[in-house]
Amino acid sequence: MQSTAHDFKENVEAALADSNLQDSLSKLKTGFSERRRQAAERLPEFEVLRDHARDIKNHALAHLDFYLEEFERKVTALGGHVHWAPTAEDARQIIADLCRSVGARSVAKSKSMVAEEIALNEHLEALGIAPIETDLGEYIIQLRHEPPSHIIAPAVHLTKDQVADTFLEHHSKLGFTKRLTERNDLVAEARHVLRRKFIDADVGLTGANFLVAETGSSMLVTNEGNADLSNTLPRMHIVLASIEKVIPTLEDAAVLLRVLARSATGQESSAYTTLNTGPKRPQDLDGPEHYHVVILDNGRSAVLGTKMQDMLRCIRCGACMNHCPVYGAIGGHAYGWVYPGPIGAVLTPQLIGVEEAGDLPNASTFCGRCESVCPVRIPLPGLMRHWREREFERHLTPRPVRQGLALWSFMARRPPLYRLATAMANRLLALFGRTDGRYRRLPLAGAWTRYRDFPAPPPGGTFHAQWKRRRS
Amino acid sequence: MNPAVDSANRAQLLNGIRRSLRRGELAGEERRAVEQRLAAPPRGPAVARAALPASEKVALFCQWAEANNATVAHVTVADAPAEVVAYLVRNNLPAQAAIAPSSQLDAYDWASQKMLSLRRGRGEAGDQVSITGAFAAIAETGTLVMTSGPDHPVTLNLLPETHVVVLREADIVGGYEDVWDRLRQRYDKGRLPRTVNTITGPSRTGDIEQTIELGAHGPRRMHILVVRE
Repeated sequence: MQSTAHDFKENVEAALADSNLQDSLSKLKTGFSERRRQAAERLPEFEVLRDHARDIKNHALAHLDFYLEEFERKVTALGGHVHWAPTAEDARQIIADLCRSVGARSVAKSKSMVAEEIALNEHLEALGIAPIETDLGEYIIQLRHEPPSHIIAPAVHLTKDQVADTFLEHHSKLGFTKRLTERNDLVAEARHVLRRKFIDADVGLTGANFLVAETGSSMLVTNEGNADLSNTLPRMHIVLASIEKVIPTLEDAAVLLRVLARSATGQESSAYTTLNTGPKRPQDLDGPEHYHVVILDNGRSAVLGTKMQDMLRCIRCGACMNHCPVYGAIGGHAYGWVYPGPIGAVLTPQLIGVEEAGDLPNASTFCGRCESVCPVRIPLPGLMRHWREREFERHLTPRPVRQGLALWSFMARRPPLYRLATAMANRLLALFGRTDGRYRRLPLAGAWTRYRDFPAPPPGGTFHAQWKRRRS
Repeated sequence: MNPAVDSANRAQLLNGIRRSLRRGELAGEERRAVEQRLAAPPRGPAVARAALPASEKVALFCQWAEANNATVAHVTVADAPAEVVAYLVRNNLPAQAAIAPSSQLDAYDWASQKMLSLRRGRGEAGDQVSITGAFAAIAETGTLVMTSGPDHPVTLNLLPETHVVVLREADIVGGYEDVWDRLRQRYDKGRLPRTVNTITGPSRTGDIEQTIELGAHGPRRMHILVVRE
């Protein structure tokens, strides 16, 4: 997918002005976040499980080569094939070759963020192979030619009415000429349209939540059943997964499953959790004849063994974005690439470069909610801070910011001067007509006051002055 | 596929990982420790809810299955076929079903139900109702576990609008780990069936305005017969 992360500020302006988006986002606070809280409260062991989930992923990352090879050994023993893709281009090539090997005209796809990452759909289309998104949210945005705005709810930015318009526009040629108004009718229509496409598809492509080294299984966690139709009806099943998805054993999967669904949607368990291990057995009455797993690196292995390795623990639950005030204000598209929210702000600079995506880690107040809900305890604010430092070191930070920081650091290293300056600024601010303890407009702070009021200094002088008084 | 490219890619990727981890291929004591962990997988923290006595397991399973929009009926072996028909009548569904060709299900007296027409085999696109057994069920979350094989085609779990599951009470276990143990007993370690489906209630989606709707792609209804033998 083509990144627009470098246009982050313009993207944000557009998002803030989009009333449909703002309507949709307002539901996040009462939707996923509240359900996650309730699910966590229902399981007394939840916090201990999070610690354990973190440790399992750390263990897997420290022995990643071993577990990947073990996984490959098991898959091969059962008649499946493992392919290794150092880059996105390699993965596209491998998948295209596999599709052509069975003369595929269409591919039933179950939602895969890694497939978005490697821009698989565009590649297949160029080769005359039709990719069909079958997850309802992905299907909706495919019809609208939009990228996903959330890693587990790709159409979360849309209202029901927008979906109704999209279906009317695209389904009327199939005989569905009535504009629907009820959610269940929209779901039923999509089910009907997609059922036919499942049956016609030559290849089913899914992602994987986990690859289990012990058994050579790919594990998929879904709710709709489309991933299971994708891995059962077509002649070939291709699993596309990145290297960090491998975990040692089924016992480890049990721990991760207990935190995954609860963190994502607040469910005790998703409707479908599926282990796929190899192709159809000789006596089986259904299932694919060919089973392939494509393992993608695409810049991830370079993070191993560094301070940034923690980002590879991510199990893609989406809790960080569900709880992020910035994501809640601007939605996912503004981030400009595949992974939005706090994890996107950390992953994107790694995967496509800090030059392109350096603005993303700046879009955080470091409130820490993301870290507090992350099921594998990724220190997201700390990782964002790391990118800010990188950006600064590489002189990518805008000149006014650098000059401002230089001025501040000059003052901060001279305490008497600093105190004098802040006391003066405090008194000066009082001259600019304060109302209700806030400024609606302030010289040199237009970028701030355009969107929100600036808090007035509290009466009683600067922090230093108040501190001194209290201590005496 | 070019095998030379495949193996070059493999080496490049694995060597990249090892370079970052600042070591070569795992060897010696460290390798033995990891192999040991793989051979005897340690269980994670115990979850109290997954470790109830047998009688309470059944109740907990039913509670969570119903919370996830499945319906549950408690029956004896003799009553099971009549309950299937009664369920189909209650829901205005045709008395026709695709049934898994399994010896476990063959043991039920389906012939006693004159109205009921059964087709043994895999699921097909037009099927309204399927009847299958279950390998196990998980009390902790109200989840059914289905293993694929000649006696249980995966399509029966997915294609019909209504899925009727015949579950032996004795197959209800506490948590996921108990299912893994059963899988290892039934199948050779590392030779799982093609598919293990764990299914919790009917198919659903929250993709339109985060509001749950049932019957996205899989069954809209799930009815579970808990059979006391």
